[in-house]
Amino acid sequence: MSAPEKKILLETKDLAVGYSTTQAPLFENLNLQLCEGELICFMGPNGVGKSTLIRTLAGLQKATRGAIRTDTTTDLQFPIAVVLTDKVSTPGMSVYELITFGRYPYLDWNIRLQEEDKRIIEEAIEQVHIQDILQKKLYQLSDGQLQMVMIARALAQTTPIILLDEPTAHLDLNNRVEIMRLLRNLAHKNKKAILVATHELDLALQTADYIWLTGKEKNVIPGIPEDLVLNGSFDEIFQFKGFDLKTGKMMHEAHRNKVIHLIGDGFEYLWTKNALERNGFAVTSENGITIKIERGTQPCVWVMNNQRYTSIQGLLKYLCD
Amino acid sequence: MHKNRWLLLPVLLVVLFGLNLSLGSVRIPFREIITILMGGESSQSIWNDIVWNFRMTKALTCVLAGGALALSGLQMQTLFRNALAGPDVLGLSSGASLAVSLIFMSQAAGLRFLSTPSPWTVAIAATLGCTGVFLIMLAISKKLLDNVSLLIVGLMIGAGTSSIVSVLQYISRAEEMQTYLIWTFGSLGGLNWTELMVLAVVLFIGAIIAIRLVKPLNAWMLGDNYARSIGVNIKRSRFWIIFSASILTGGVTAFCGPIAFVGLAVPHLVKFLVQTTNHKVLIPTVMIGGAVLMLFCDILSQLPGSTQMLPINAITALIGAPVVIWVIVRHSRIRI
Repeated sequence: MSAPEKKILLETKDLAVGYSTTQAPLFENLNLQLCEGELICFMGPNGVGKSTLIRTLAGLQKATRGAIRTDTTTDLQFPIAVVLTDKVSTPGMSVYELITFGRYPYLDWNIRLQEEDKRIIEEAIEQVHIQDILQKKLYQLSDGQLQMVMIARALAQTTPIILLDEPTAHLDLNNRVEIMRLLRNLAHKNKKAILVATHELDLALQTADYIWLTGKEKNVIPGIPEDLVLNGSFDEIFQFKGFDLKTGKMMHEAHRNKVIHLIGDGFEYLWTKNALERNGFAVTSENGITIKIERGTQPCVWVMNNQRYTSIQGLLKYLCD
Repeated sequence: MHKNRWLLLPVLLVVLFGLNLSLGSVRIPFREIITILMGGESSQSIWNDIVWNFRMTKALTCVLAGGALALSGLQMQTLFRNALAGPDVLGLSSGASLAVSLIFMSQAAGLRFLSTPSPWTVAIAATLGCTGVFLIMLAISKKLLDNVSLLIVGLMIGAGTSSIVSVLQYISRAEEMQTYLIWTFGSLGGLNWTELMVLAVVLFIGAIIAIRLVKPLNAWMLGDNYARSIGVNIKRSRFWIIFSASILTGGVTAFCGPIAFVGLAVPHLVKFLVQTTNHKVLIPTVMIGGAVLMLFCDILSQLPGSTQMLPINAITALIGAPVVIWVIVRHSRIRI
């Protein structure tokens, strides 16, 4: 459990989530907490109801049973900002216009932005680094840019809690890493509680302070990433096929019946091993065909049976023939 | 430059209003019109009468009806997040048409609501028809969560009512059918000053409600979930948006007949001009834009230089149809 000095911003009590009281719920008896300063990744297979739980926590959908309590020390009427998978249907809207929606909970019917609102909007824009696309229309943005804009909008809402539903879906690795780092920094620096539903296992394991893992019994298993890896919770839920989570690697079958004795160190050693295993060779540190990596020269040289190879590709070609 | 493009609208409004007053089947010199408008007497007393009681009422009807229909269309397009929504699409005009056709042609069906249909009974019938459909839509909108379904229901109500109207037309006499058909052509010239006042009050109330709804209307563009997450009461604002759009459409249809395409076309043309999606800007500009388009259509319908008058609906459709095609083509390019 989280350290006692951390303030609990949101807490559920025996929460059940679903679409009606007559249908079977998607989750039940949830007793979860969101604490300040934490990035929580919410993981689970497709279709278990992660989005539904997020909408319920955000108050956009009624809980079928149980209660959600938010921190009562803030007097915010809407303490939760969201980034959903819903498409915004107005392609002609400008980026700046979209971000101003973050201030709507604080504005009256006349929606006049005060200096304070403008300052907060500027701040949100700076945090997400989108200064150069402010005047663009939404239809001119890439998926990654649009996601950044939606995050800026949520930030402009200045809520203690932000819930994001798959903010990194359809993005390339660079954008995915950038968004997760951004969210992590926001959680830590601004003392927010940020919950991210995501499929990015590797990213989640490396950035999350805490993981919510959907369980088999309509429950959610909370824990820090490393504990959940070691106690096998991840394996149980995701039923990995050919992926060894504990080493973080794909499992390769050594189908070639050739054993390689690899001598070397550093990155070259790791990637050579990766290439050999990927191609079905077993790699040991004792016996078998000896391959030595000589790092004295640039680029390095692979030596096998007194033959010298300057690339792994060349080495593999010889080995496979 | 870009920011001040909306200034074009009030300028156009004044120019077209003046043009609308000075054109008509009777030639009146522009100088005389100025004199009459300043409260003076023109060289022929009949001209005073024509300008004040015919042309002025008609021009003002154009302004009020155009503004009301355009504002109603804007609200519907935002509400349904659908570029092709309009007062006619929601089934409100169809409801009015059905009620009016009942007044005109019920005798053929063996019913007799009223012996001689007066303009006021027609107006009341049209309003009741609009309100009836509005109430049905409201009841259904509580059950249906998504707006596209509601739009389809609106189209179905339109189809249902028009089939009843065709049955009535089939069994009614030629003269009765003609009266009804003329009503469906739309008319801007039939209003007296009292009726104009009623229309003005309706437009005023509808506009006030719309302006108070700027925040939910804007938030609406993000979708229900986002709107709710930034503190907009979806159900309450949906009621008021539909209410405002209904009284605007109902009021205009009551006095001027079912005028098509203005509500659909104007919001697109204005959005193209002012390049914003903020309703705080859009509401006033769209109202002026509606007035401008209506004045323009009315000038065209008078066939300048001739004594013939074309039905206003023929003209609005002539302008509206290309706009609809343009909207569809444009949206296919920027679909997200």
